[in-house]
Amino acid sequence: MTRSTADTDFDHVECRPGAYADSVALLQVSKDVAAVDGVRAAQVAMATPLNLDVIASMGFDLPETSPNDMVVALRLESESHLDSALAAVDAALVAVTRRTESAGSVEEPPRTIASAIKRSEAAMGLVSVPGANAVVEAMDALDAGHDVMVFSDNVPVAQEIALKQVAAERDLLVMGPDCGTAMVDGVGLGFANTVQPGPVGLVAASGTGCQQLMCLLDHAGVGMTAALGVGGRDLSVDVGAMATRQAMRRLDADPATELIVVVSKPPAAQVASELRDFAKTLGTPVHFALLGAGQPDLTASAEEILQTLGRPVPQWPTWGASAATVSPGRLRGLFAGGTLCDEAMIMATDQLGPVHSNIPLDPQYALDSTLTADGTVMIDFGDDTMTAGRPHPMIDPTIRLEYLARTAADPATSAVLMDVVLGHGADADPAATTAPAIRAAIAAARDDGRELAVLVACVGTASDPQVLDDQAAALADAGAEVFLSNARAAGRAISLIGATA
Amino acid sequence: MTTTHSPTTGVASAGASIFADALDAQAVPVTRVDWRPPMEGTESDLATVATDPLRQEANQRALEAVLAVQAMVVDVAPAHEVLGLERGQFLHAGPPLAWENASGPMRGALMGAAALEGLVDDPEDAATLFAAGDQVSMEPCHHRQAVGPMAGVISASMWMWVLEDPVDGRRTYCSLNEGLGKVLRYGAYSPEVLTRLRWMSETLGPLLAEAVRATGPIDATAILGQMLQMGDEAHNRNRAGTLMLLRDIAPALARSSADPADVAEAFAFMGGNDHFFLNVAMPACKLQMDAARGIEGSTMVVAMARNGTEFGIQVAGTDNEWFTGPAQVADGLFLGDFGPEDANPDIGDSAITETAGIGGFSMATAPAIVRFVGGSVPDALATTRRMGEITLGENSRWAIPVLDFLGAPTGIDVSKVCRTGILPQINTGMAGRLAGVGQVGAGLVTPPGEIFPSALAALAARTRARAAS
Repeated sequence: MTRSTADTDFDHVECRPGAYADSVALLQVSKDVAAVDGVRAAQVAMATPLNLDVIASMGFDLPETSPNDMVVALRLESESHLDSALAAVDAALVAVTRRTESAGSVEEPPRTIASAIKRSEAAMGLVSVPGANAVVEAMDALDAGHDVMVFSDNVPVAQEIALKQVAAERDLLVMGPDCGTAMVDGVGLGFANTVQPGPVGLVAASGTGCQQLMCLLDHAGVGMTAALGVGGRDLSVDVGAMATRQAMRRLDADPATELIVVVSKPPAAQVASELRDFAKTLGTPVHFALLGAGQPDLTASAEEILQTLGRPVPQWPTWGASAATVSPGRLRGLFAGGTLCDEAMIMATDQLGPVHSNIPLDPQYALDSTLTADGTVMIDFGDDTMTAGRPHPMIDPTIRLEYLARTAADPATSAVLMDVVLGHGADADPAATTAPAIRAAIAAARDDGRELAVLVACVGTASDPQVLDDQAAALADAGAEVFLSNARAAGRAISLIGATA
Repeated sequence: MTTTHSPTTGVASAGASIFADALDAQAVPVTRVDWRPPMEGTESDLATVATDPLRQEANQRALEAVLAVQAMVVDVAPAHEVLGLERGQFLHAGPPLAWENASGPMRGALMGAAALEGLVDDPEDAATLFAAGDQVSMEPCHHRQAVGPMAGVISASMWMWVLEDPVDGRRTYCSLNEGLGKVLRYGAYSPEVLTRLRWMSETLGPLLAEAVRATGPIDATAILGQMLQMGDEAHNRNRAGTLMLLRDIAPALARSSADPADVAEAFAFMGGNDHFFLNVAMPACKLQMDAARGIEGSTMVVAMARNGTEFGIQVAGTDNEWFTGPAQVADGLFLGDFGPEDANPDIGDSAITETAGIGGFSMATAPAIVRFVGGSVPDALATTRRMGEITLGENSRWAIPVLDFLGAPTGIDVSKVCRTGILPQINTGMAGRLAGVGQVGAGLVTPPGEIFPSALAALAARTRARAAS
């Protein structure tokens, strides 16, 4: 998207009340329309506060809207392009929304999960509607006697508890809310890597933590029976690990699962301790990979799991090399994965001191809306507050790459740590946008007389649609040093910064 | 319990299309939900009701209760006998209504009924009687287990169909259908209207009573099932139902003690009035829907009714509370020179048929009338499918052949209406705006959307109160 505004530009902004398409579909519409002849910039989005900010920051005048309205903002070379641009908007909307017009048609698509299940053989629900609406769709699946994965974030915790109580009564599993990744019956749901079948059953209160472990173990030749996501809040005191217990029972009942692994962001201590007691009641051994100060990082956990299974620990792969010496300055972490951000923050705090973040380990280091601070900064661009009404950064790189350009131009930045997460559901070719942005960031710093190191954790497998090796090679070619292990990438970044101190 | 290894039969996906695409890429069958935001301001109430621990079982119970009812015609009798209605007491269609708010056709029907009861000699004089209100009273039909088409006015001397649930003995009532044209239910009250009503009370009612008592209970629910197979949707088209009812009572009518000329006239009147069975279909539907009343936690609509001014619904989980909004003017076709400006807003208890799953909900089965109510055959098929999105189940006894014997979509779910924004589709007649005019057309109408969020809010308030106690 361009921010430059020539004098001749013609801006057109309209509000379409009652129109709706999901944020990913609208991202595609915006892209398609922006590519039309005579269109300088296009943003078609639901009128959420975050999207209105984005549209305003592009220099458009905002109309009066409610969040259920669709906003079409077009910047054209001249007014004469308006008709063709609006036609392109309509065509793109038709192409992505796949709606059948009622006239002349007997079959209209189902409007609720309940109806979809009734009409099909579907044995599971997958819910990624806006958070305020998710519980209703999820209940449809439970009412039909099926498990449900709730990708949606911004779901009130009371609704999560209510859902999980119902599920517990009916011996069903609620994966989520805010569950990014699952693999059930060999099928990847949400953001899911393609891994081989094997003896490990994962229970994950962390989407990217789950993906990191799956990819490391897959690289080591160890596959999974299942990966059951439980949502980032499941191990909080409020939710009390209701879904984690249910998922552990499931895996315990599964003869193919030889080892249950529970992976989580830093959990509530009391809940973790109760869970360890619960694990002792199961027949299957349980390995806990719970992040926290003084706890093993995810890569160390993967190594422990391999040892438990009597499997050799491989060399974790790397691609490319960044500057051996960097200019003195700060470390900036730009994450799409919350758990990977947590892991890097825990490691950095250990060695560099407190880390400023939008998901800080210690609330006194919370970032304000500028997302900048003097010190180590790590941002989770996939956090609820950053994704309200917008696609996740694993799908839409815009905001993160803008921040990359901004932080690279800041003389205080000497190393950038990023994650690039592959798999089903994620950007079909993240290197296509990320590699040029990295190349530009390094070049910009160099033009400014500085050396900028870019370290990337590329989480994926050889069987992923994007193919790990291809993506990692492209990122390395842009000048980044690429790791399969986030902990290794973070460790490298920290040692580079430490060396400049 | 699903295991972690059972073969995946498919996933139902609502939300970001990218995740459904990812399932397609993995060759997993995926059913995509055409999800849209719910009605404005309903999100929190929807969540509360969705997680109400009573809801699922309550709705299941409500649906089973409705579907279990076999409505039997057991009698025909005067309203003063079976409803305890006294001279000067009047029932009307729809939610409670005061005379000063009554529309033209409602006023016309009440005035005609006052003359029928001998309270005034000239119907025109009745207006002051109702305005004063000290010698007359008005009450919704629904409050006395009755239903009335259009204005739905019932007075003491009118004869009523009496339907009974043989299991629990509950009864519902409806007046006898007057035919088309200038009729009381459309607000006409000319001398010919009153003459016909007197003949119905003096001759037709007693004849039918004798025939029904002699024939024994007549299974109205089963007749409805056959009607749907024969091209009636039992709201705006009742031709097959009328003939089947006639067939059932014809032997008893022929054997009756009455003057053969009266019997012949009764046959001619019923046979010449394709809507005659509507007044049996309506109480049959009410008998069904009343079976779900008072089930705490159920989000099922048990009545939709209009008084010509307001449209009201009642819900199983909120006792007898009415949720009302302004009645809409139907969209459809007009008789003769009449046009939209002549039409009164929607009126009548007949939407009890849609509440039970027939009428507009079973439009697909009645291709002969789709044009009359302003639609095409594909529209009709789509309408019935669409009503399936807002209902709790199907009535397998009311099967629709053209949709591969799909059961009539039954049990409107307030929360599904709020979630999808799909409003119940009602087939309706249109009364003239002015008292005395009669019917001006027929068409399609929906309830005012806002009454569903109000009903949902009341359900949510009860859920929260229960959780807090």
